[in-house]
Amino acid sequence: MTVYDKVKEILVEKFGVEEDEVKPEATFEDLDLDSLDLVEFALAAEEELGVRISDEEAEELDTLDDTVKLLEEKGATVEGG
Amino acid sequence: MSAVLRGLGTAVPAHAVTNDELAQQLDTNDEWIRTRTGIAQRYVADSEIATSDLAVEAGAAALKSADSASVGAVVVATSTPDYSLPATAPLVAARLDLGTVPAFDVGAVCSGFVYALASGAGMIAAGIAETVLVIGAEIMSRIVDPSDRGTAVLFGDGAGAVVLSAGEAGEPGAVGPFDLGSDGARADLLIVPAGGSRRRVDNQVLDERADCLTMDGREVYRQAVRRMVESSRVVLARAGLDVAEVDRFVGHQANARILDAVAKRLGITEERRVSNVERYGNTSAASIPLALADAGLQPGETVLLTAFGAGMSWGSTVLVWPDITPL
Repeated sequence: MTVYDKVKEILVEKFGVEEDEVKPEATFEDLDLDSLDLVEFALAAEEELGVRISDEEAEELDTLDDTVKLLEEKGATVEGG
Repeated sequence: MSAVLRGLGTAVPAHAVTNDELAQQLDTNDEWIRTRTGIAQRYVADSEIATSDLAVEAGAAALKSADSASVGAVVVATSTPDYSLPATAPLVAARLDLGTVPAFDVGAVCSGFVYALASGAGMIAAGIAETVLVIGAEIMSRIVDPSDRGTAVLFGDGAGAVVLSAGEAGEPGAVGPFDLGSDGARADLLIVPAGGSRRRVDNQVLDERADCLTMDGREVYRQAVRRMVESSRVVLARAGLDVAEVDRFVGHQANARILDAVAKRLGITEERRVSNVERYGNTSAASIPLALADAGLQPGETVLLTAFGAGMSWGSTVLVWPDITPL
């Protein structure tokens, strides 16, 4: 499993996003996620990937691709990934 | 010796303000407020009403609910006292004709009711008082900045009170164990910067609205979820309870999405969650008793209480619901 797969899993399982809507170029806005969802996403990423996205960083997040890159830069790892 | 909950009473101001009414003065709208917070309206006190007025009304109702005419102490949890000094509790005790009993305020903001409950239970356990009136009362509308759409929509006014008295550890209504905590290093996240001894109110303060509440909503959200989840787990472990044994979950009613995030992490199913934030908004120290009164709790149900707020401070406790009629 890659960090992208994990992000996808979080979005589908915790936010009820349709699996086929999750694409690297999709933005949080495309997925109908609001500012509080972003905070909730940052919390979930911290819990499941062990890296902390600051509020400032969360505000800057645009596409899922950007998000995965940021998580990887911060050293996010997924078991078996 | 345990402290047992014998009665519950609440009070709210006469007038409720809807989201649509707020949207007439602020750049916000009903849909935004509902989706972000779950709040549809909040009660707002008229200018001549003070926190003690709501506290007296809730306190009188709790005493009636407990069929009790006297108490050994009064504890009021509030962050919006009538005055910087004296404390609000002595005013309330006098107006309720409770005599010259010990009476003091507890300042733990949104966790205030749980802290006050712990204080009351502690006084009973220590033999200082046999019966304690514990009140959470707030007029939050007086410390929010009405022009700040990030906070003005969130808070409401109200009061809730319980009567605790000495009893047996195993009996319904016995409160505890407790888990309480604080992190003053994050005090800046939710603060009224002026009006205390750090900064006196002057014209500059008024210009900056530094006498009003400011909040870093995102970070408070994160902290609230994390701390209430941890504290709930600690108190359940202390009580020897599995989360599956919790019949009703009563979290501090700050925001429906925070409550859902906490409950989901704890594994508490939707039908067990109590929420009335839609009608009251965040009433700070009054939120837990207002939620207890609204929850339709049945005698024998195991109830988990957890709260988080400015400080940062947090607290949790559990009790088996007694056979009482909330008033």
